[in-house]
Amino acid sequence: MADDINPSDTGSVSEWQGVVDNPWRRLRQFTDARIGLGRSGVSLPTKELLEFQLAHAQARDAVHMPLDFEALKDGLETLAQQYSTLNPARPIKVQSQADDRMVYLQRPDLGRRVSDASRDMLLQQAEDSSVSEQAFDLAIVIGDGLSATAISENALIFIDALAKTLAQENSSLSLAPIVMAEQARVALGDDIGELLNARAVLVLIGERPGLSSPDSLGLYLTWAPRRGLTDEKRNCISNVRKAGLSHTEAVRKLLYLFNEACRLQSSGVAIKDRSDDDVIENSSQQSSFLINAGSAS
Amino acid sequence: MSNMYRYTMGTNTWEFSSLKELMARATPARSGDRLAGVIARSAEERAIAQMCLADVPLKDFLNEALIPYEEDEVTRLIMDDHDAAAFAPISHLTVGDFRNWLLSDYADSDMLTQVRAGITPEMAAAVSKIMRNQDLILVAQKCRVVTAFRSTIGLEKRLSTRLQPNHPTDDMNGIAASILDGLLYGSGDAVLGINPATDNVAQSTRLMKLMDEVISTYEIPTQSCVLTHVTNTMECIENGAPVDLVFQSIGGTEATNSSFGFGLNTLAEAQQMALELQRGTVGNNVMYFETGQGSALSANAHHGLDQQTCEARAYAVARKFDPLLVNTVVGFIGPEYLFDGKEIIRAGLEDHFCGKLLGVPMGCDVCYTNHAEADQNDMDNLLTLLGAAGCSFVMGIPGSDDIMLNYQTTSFHDALYARRVLGLGAAPEFEAWLEKMQIMSDAAHAQLIDALPPAFTQSLQSLPDDGGHSTEKKHG
Repeated sequence: MADDINPSDTGSVSEWQGVVDNPWRRLRQFTDARIGLGRSGVSLPTKELLEFQLAHAQARDAVHMPLDFEALKDGLETLAQQYSTLNPARPIKVQSQADDRMVYLQRPDLGRRVSDASRDMLLQQAEDSSVSEQAFDLAIVIGDGLSATAISENALIFIDALAKTLAQENSSLSLAPIVMAEQARVALGDDIGELLNARAVLVLIGERPGLSSPDSLGLYLTWAPRRGLTDEKRNCISNVRKAGLSHTEAVRKLLYLFNEACRLQSSGVAIKDRSDDDVIENSSQQSSFLINAGSAS
Repeated sequence: MSNMYRYTMGTNTWEFSSLKELMARATPARSGDRLAGVIARSAEERAIAQMCLADVPLKDFLNEALIPYEEDEVTRLIMDDHDAAAFAPISHLTVGDFRNWLLSDYADSDMLTQVRAGITPEMAAAVSKIMRNQDLILVAQKCRVVTAFRSTIGLEKRLSTRLQPNHPTDDMNGIAASILDGLLYGSGDAVLGINPATDNVAQSTRLMKLMDEVISTYEIPTQSCVLTHVTNTMECIENGAPVDLVFQSIGGTEATNSSFGFGLNTLAEAQQMALELQRGTVGNNVMYFETGQGSALSANAHHGLDQQTCEARAYAVARKFDPLLVNTVVGFIGPEYLFDGKEIIRAGLEDHFCGKLLGVPMGCDVCYTNHAEADQNDMDNLLTLLGAAGCSFVMGIPGSDDIMLNYQTTSFHDALYARRVLGLGAAPEFEAWLEKMQIMSDAAHAQLIDALPPAFTQSLQSLPDDGGHSTEKKHG
């Protein structure tokens, strides 16, 4: 199709010659941005329009399709059999005070609190485990958040990578039974961590889906979780997904942050994430192709 | 001391305990006011509140501060800077009369400019609550707010664009690729503006240098901005970085701005530092602000006000510092503040109207997130309505997809659509550049040239061919 186009200097043509392709589309080697889409007149070509609609549909589904908690539970139980670093107890399923997705979307405050029934269950769990053990070092909460897709595609892979790393390091970290939370916001982890009497809580949550990343997982670490904490007490690792930050890299960053949190007995703004400092400071790339070869002659 | 407001209809008397409660109850429905618990409790109460609000004299807004003067520096700014002489022609009006006055042929562009400094944000917010969408468009379209740096923004029949080349890891070539895409679609006359993925001084400086080199190499009549915290930009200036515009997100209450980590004195200092660089050529408006309904509630700093009134108060902050651009990021905040396309469209028109009435160079990030009940059709509607209303600028991004911030805003294509269908041009300096560079043959009619412009062929030829999507090279 592109080869048939005879470029015109005026743009006004006597005969329709199809879509105008953009030769700079090959710059997509540098970015996932939708550059070089081409045009018909000044409008999007049909193919590009329909691809956009599909991406939006996938992002909408990520928000609205319910997470398959049964499959998640089965996967977690399999991992618990595989790794002694994970707590052998069965995963606990809890619900926030947001009853359904429509309430969840409009009332973030309700998504930050566990339901009364879930609260009772967690208290019971904490009592059971405090009989024989001291407080947990870390509670892990897996919440659907704004993308069930992110959880179903990343949560088990991440837990696997975490458990494996802890095993390799002979870590003595004591993990609470994993909690699976429905209609969850990040701060729901504060309630849960407090009820389980954990020193810190890690929340895995489906991030607000982007058009090109409906599957993005977010990790939030909070030291000394308790109801009413705000975001400056958290450290975030974002964009964990197959085409983003890798699961092993996310584990590396998380353990860096967790060790810092233990050292400082705090999290959030108190910790400076220096795990990436060299990336910016020593970046040799200070310019771009537009300048290296460009001239305005 | 706040007054009680009463409205009697038949045998029923409705009561509103304060002006701020009356304002909130009169506000067209939206999820953020419901979340804050300030929304009207019924559709009837909302309609009655609007009738009651229409009877309130404009002078009341000078006597009853919605947030106490002693508690809030934004209130102090609004009250202390109020211009009684400019207010004189409208001082006898009620809110309802003010709507009639604004819509009348008597209130032409010159008259609206004349009274501007006499209008407070609360007056603008109040009258907007009893205006329909077409009223908001018609009056905004009469307001002229012209600003300049290396290009001129806000002239009649113009619609500028911020080229927003964001990249999730701030990759220099990735950003440059989006800049090139935008320029070749005629975007970027308002600003080249990057939201950095890594928000610190070192990264901001790198991005500033990248854009400065592009602007100077290709002699583009536009300006650059890295949307980092104002204190970061001040540090960049101290380090000698090429800063054109100083950015900050602002809100309409002191507590909101404190949560953003700045005060009015910070902005004054930053503006002074940027002015001293004297980098503008056709003007010296050096500030770029972003706002959006819901930010005060989000920071738990709304003092019981409705979100649209808080938003209008942010424009008092903006106009104090003579910005080049102010941008309401209307659909970014999510469905807990603006639930669907209908609420986003209404809010976009309100924000643009209030901004223009108060003399702010108002643009709009016509946008939505994937968890809002909105889609591209809603954005087409809002873009078209804002274009008709004389909006100063909109965003331009490759294919509407911001791969860093994960939301959808207007594309390069969208801006050209709006220019064509509404007969709008780009900034005059930029239009001349587009034709000189052989990007457009007729910039006034958004007529692109099919062939690759010669000035950019060298950059592209020097790149390795990835063997992927490349089409036959075309030489201009």
